[in-house]
Amino acid sequence: MTREDIRSTILEVIADIVPDEDLSALTGDVRIRDQIELDSMDFLDIIMELRKRYGVEVPEDDYMELATLDGSVNYLEPRMKEI
Amino acid sequence: MAGDGLKDIKSEYDVIVIGSGLAGLTCANMLAKFDRSVLILEQHTKLGGLATWFKRKGGHIFDVSLHGFPAGMIKTCRKYWTPEIAKSIVQLKGIRFDNPQFSFSTTFDVNDFTRIMTDNFKIPREIVDDFFVTVRGMNFYDDQTMTTGELFNKFFPGREDVVRLLMEPITYANGSTLDDPAISYGIVFSNFMSKGVYTFQGGGTDKVVGDMETELIKNGVDIKTGSPAEKIVIENKKTAGVVVNGKTIKSNAVVSNGNLISTIRNLIGYENFSEKFIEEVKKVRINNSSCQVYIGIKKGEKIDYIGDLLFTSTAEKFDSKALCSKNITSRTFSIYYPATRPETGMYSVVSSTNANYQDWAYLSGEEYRASKEELIESTLNALDKYLPGIRGKIDWVEAATPKTFESYTLHVDGSSFGTKFEGLKVSMDLPTELPGVFHTGSVGIIMSGWLGAANYGVITANNVDKYLRL
Ligand SMILES: Cc1cc2nc3c(=O)[nH]c(=O)nc-3n(C[C@H](O)[C@H](O)[C@H](O)COP(=O)(O)OP(=O)(O)OC[C@H]3O[C@@H](n4cnc5c(N)ncnc54)[C@H](O)[C@@H]3O)c2cc1C
Repeated sequence: MTREDIRSTILEVIADIVPDEDLSALTGDVRIRDQIELDSMDFLDIIMELRKRYGVEVPEDDYMELATLDGSVNYLEPRMKEI
Repeated sequence: MAGDGLKDIKSEYDVIVIGSGLAGLTCANMLAKFDRSVLILEQHTKLGGLATWFKRKGGHIFDVSLHGFPAGMIKTCRKYWTPEIAKSIVQLKGIRFDNPQFSFSTTFDVNDFTRIMTDNFKIPREIVDDFFVTVRGMNFYDDQTMTTGELFNKFFPGREDVVRLLMEPITYANGSTLDDPAISYGIVFSNFMSKGVYTFQGGGTDKVVGDMETELIKNGVDIKTGSPAEKIVIENKKTAGVVVNGKTIKSNAVVSNGNLISTIRNLIGYENFSEKFIEEVKKVRINNSSCQVYIGIKKGEKIDYIGDLLFTSTAEKFDSKALCSKNITSRTFSIYYPATRPETGMYSVVSSTNANYQDWAYLSGEEYRASKEELIESTLNALDKYLPGIRGKIDWVEAATPKTFESYTLHVDGSSFGTKFEGLKVSMDLPTELPGVFHTGSVGIIMSGWLGAANYGVITANNVDKYLRL
């Protein structure tokens, strides 16, 4: 996957989890949780979806890396480029 | 009988879930969605655990633990169950308090509480706002040394009325006291206060649990009721399956939704753990139990709308010990109107009080019956204040005690809300001690109640799925 693919994949996953939130204006370098209502269970859902759909395992120690959209793309790029 | 009841289940599963409380059911459903083969073993004849109901002569159906839960349950049901279950959730708008210190009705959300605290209690607006910002900002990783009592003292020194308003409903909801960590109060209170108190409409607990069962079967989960797990099999320091009806069913992972302490002590056995872990286990305190009185209004008879949930007390001030006393001064009444079960068109009232197991466990048969009778009589007297002439409108009344809760759920000491705060770490550390063995269910206040239990089921399912991929 390219960086663009990864970004839209993440947005797709988030949209399934919080369908009532508007994701179109999400800024890449600001914490996602500061822009939309996303609680810790929603965040866990993202982790579970990434594993279920793409077999990507994000260890708990790395959760911080997924705080922003840009951070998520950077973190997932090496892990998803073969997909 | 051995073996008979087990003939339609497989000899091996990816995961066996012991217990079908909300945590066990939700965990099983998520694991099935992760394409794991799952078996649920439940000792009782019904699914649901404490999320339960029972039918009585006269057309009555009583709900045991459906008094109200946080708005978050809507999202949890939508994400981990079905949109239909989520859509049946509605807000309970009439939450009433009535005690010697104050009496009013509230929608139980931040805005209304802010109004009450500033208008009725004359607390400056800045302090109220500051308090709500503080409790909402609390999270699990914060300082755990501050107690709830200290938190209140910081914001509202000397104000026992405010403490009662903020604490009494939460003590009812999860048995917590002023000595419990402030963060556990903050998290639970913020959950409730974020949007008010909610319940299911258009069918009670039986409908919800029935819908969950349908979903589990659709997702391929095998379910066995009336099947108490006897032992979690440990081989080479990890799990190998579960013994039920004297027979071993193999599995790579086991999730126990039974009581945390009895899981470790009876289902697994202390001998399988490190001494250090058992030391921690022995420090875990069990939460209090409950008494309830179920009051059935005759078919065709009506009662006025007096609110949905009434926190009543005749005690001069809030005292978490007094709330558990057998000499009852405080009762929570849940009033069920026909909206709950439109198909029956009937009304009922369930009175709940916190209770100590020890006060009920060692009575003689006769003392026990007499105590139950007294509980029923004093409850009807108390209810008469809110529904005058109630005795003339009912045709069923019965009581449940800590002994009742113990026998239906096998919880140690009939615990209504699992364990105190320290239980959470032990529950979470279980798979580190014994790979493949997991626990889910009421522990540590945060993970209890309908919402907490269901969410903990998801958290455990995630850990199990991760483990099975190794
Ligand atoms: C009186 C009362 C009122 C309540 N009111 C509310 C409320 O209004 N709102 C709210 O949110 N929460 C309420 N609660 C709390 C809520 O009901 C519980 O926190 C929640 O249902 C607990 O779910 P759980 O998954 O932890 O387990 P439980 O419901 O305790 O289920 C555990 C299950 O495991 C089974 N089990 C145990 N051992 C074995 C074994 N060896 N083999 C097979 N099966 C076994 C038991 O039979 C049981 O079905 C109330 C609780 C009580 C007691």
